[in-house]
Amino acid sequence: MSATTAENKVAVASQRQLIWWRFRKHKLALVSAFIVAAFYLVAMFADTIAYTEPFDTQSARSYIPPQPITWFDADGHFHPTVNALKGKRDPRTFKLSYAPDPGETRDLVLFGHGYEYRLFGLIPTDIHLLGVSNSRPQDALFLLGTDQLGRDVFSRLVLASRTSLTIGLVGVVMSLVLGVLLGGISGLYGGWIDVVIQRVIEILRSIPTIPLWMGLAAAVPNSWTPQQVYFVITLIISLIGWTELARVVRGRFLALREEDFITAAELAGASQMRIIFKHMVPSFLSHIIAAVSLALPAMIISETTLSFLGLGLRPPAISWGVLLQDAQNLQTLALAPWLLVVALPVIVVILAFNFLGDGLRDAADPYG
Amino acid sequence: MLAYLVRRVGLAVITIWAITIVTFIILQLPPGDFVDAYVAQASAMGTAISAGEAAALRHAYGLDQSVWVQYYKWMAHIVHGEFGQSFEYGRPVTEVIGDRLWLTILLSIGAIIVTWGLALPIGIYSAVRQYSIGDYIFTFIGFVGLAVPNFLLALIIMYVGLRVFNVSVGGLFSSEFQLAPWSWAKVWDLAGHLPVPMLILALAGTAQLVRIMRANLLDELRRPYVVTARARGLSERRVIMKYPVRAALNPFASTIGYLLPYTVSGSVIISVVLSLPTVGPLLLHSLISQDMLLGSTIILMLGVLTVFGTLLSDLLLMWIDPRIRLGQLK
Repeated sequence: MSATTAENKVAVASQRQLIWWRFRKHKLALVSAFIVAAFYLVAMFADTIAYTEPFDTQSARSYIPPQPITWFDADGHFHPTVNALKGKRDPRTFKLSYAPDPGETRDLVLFGHGYEYRLFGLIPTDIHLLGVSNSRPQDALFLLGTDQLGRDVFSRLVLASRTSLTIGLVGVVMSLVLGVLLGGISGLYGGWIDVVIQRVIEILRSIPTIPLWMGLAAAVPNSWTPQQVYFVITLIISLIGWTELARVVRGRFLALREEDFITAAELAGASQMRIIFKHMVPSFLSHIIAAVSLALPAMIISETTLSFLGLGLRPPAISWGVLLQDAQNLQTLALAPWLLVVALPVIVVILAFNFLGDGLRDAADPYG
Repeated sequence: MLAYLVRRVGLAVITIWAITIVTFIILQLPPGDFVDAYVAQASAMGTAISAGEAAALRHAYGLDQSVWVQYYKWMAHIVHGEFGQSFEYGRPVTEVIGDRLWLTILLSIGAIIVTWGLALPIGIYSAVRQYSIGDYIFTFIGFVGLAVPNFLLALIIMYVGLRVFNVSVGGLFSSEFQLAPWSWAKVWDLAGHLPVPMLILALAGTAQLVRIMRANLLDELRRPYVVTARARGLSERRVIMKYPVRAALNPFASTIGYLLPYTVSGSVIISVVLSLPTVGPLLLHSLISQDMLLGSTIILMLGVLTVFGTLLSDLLLMWIDPRIRLGQLK
């Protein structure tokens, strides 16, 4: 009985429901979807989650190691604290440097006040998710330590995720437009247009891309504003992604053209536009979404790589690649290994996107 | 077969032509022409270049003419092997590149051989022992290999090497051989330094190839002929190695088309991180200091060599695979 009701449920379920049911079975993809969502939430509320002005440089605070949080006080009550920082003057060089002072603690507070910013670029506020009570400038919080210029790595990391994650999104939208347009034309019209577009894709795929993009990115003049550089870099990396998307779209068009329901629509006298947008696009939309979520990590890697090499975004812009640039040489890594922590979100978000894309791709074909 | 050959060679020629155009665009992109940069560089070094000399240089490269003539002249120089002078080093570009190009090729080809050498046994193992602990471990490593950008992997390995094993993994030669002329001792030293960068470079490609190999072999293993072979009492080793593996091998040859460009791209980046004496760091440096003749020459050489490599592997594939030779497969 229950088997037949389940079968009936499948028989009358909409395409969307079938996809959702199939996606739900892929546990890793489901978890990855939450991780990706969490990353984008962090990017949205980056200013709130960061607690120190990310551009605030103080040479005296250079290379402070990460401050561990003590979660419970001596009586075993929940009472998160960090050690305060104590300034020390080097007797020989007279250089002032800060180090954690084990004797003195500072309370960790939720929604404390910090530097001023505009939430979503609109609402002026100074509330931050984390803060330390009664803080003087020198005993601010440094959960992941500081870099050479004394800037807080955690706050910079959080703000960098905004740049790196959106650059992937914008890039993927651009390459999607290119891919759908060219792939669609290629699959729909066939003939010599198809041959030309396929050869162009083949040529683009047989060229080592990184040296080429390096060359293009290096031509961005130094005088450009960070916004202009951001736009150009997005454009350059979106040129990588479109060939794969075009391939997927073309394949779908070719497969669907032979389907009975398309012939039926043609015989019923539906216009070309109606056939494409009413019958064809809905049936391969899910494939495109899957292809996009697989293209996104490649975009993020490209941006990170270019910025890491110093050819992508440049300081003062902050992205994961820009932050990793600080960890480029062995001397720095030996001195401040915590700078390498930036690698972690990069790896996690790329893995999550890959699993999510795999799950979506499997789910996109509910009858498969 | 002839049609395939003509088509492949034709496509390679068009690709190389496309690469020269893109390279030319990159050469032209920075503001001012390269004679301007050359004059500025020379005067910074203290040697003045007269207006007449500059004009002569411009004329030699045809910079006073239309873009099309410039492209033609540039091509004519390149076909004759004249890539011009590097502003920064004050020597011919080819001389600056020198051995670095061969080391790049060595590293890339080595990485591809490592990719194949690892992917074949792992792919077979993962398919034959599907859902075993080993399969899960390899799948996990594979996913990490796909997700970690290779420059990050190089950074992490460099750090771990320094911290845990107290060895420096950078470079391709020990310090005493860096400037020494080639000798057997130097080759031996190189052989000792190559494996780590090769492995780093090979990891992502290996992960991808294992996934394809595993999926293909799993499909083959479910075929009736495998059951037949088993029923006839063939040894398990023979059942698997003799037919399904051979049928599943196709991606190994056919993926080189994208594996080679991918590996060459990767070699540039990890060479920068690990400071390997390949063209990678030189390219980066020349682009940052706007030494465009050097930079664009490297881009051109990498692109053309990659296309040649792919063409060569396709011809090899044609020789191996009778379906292509007989024109049944496009």
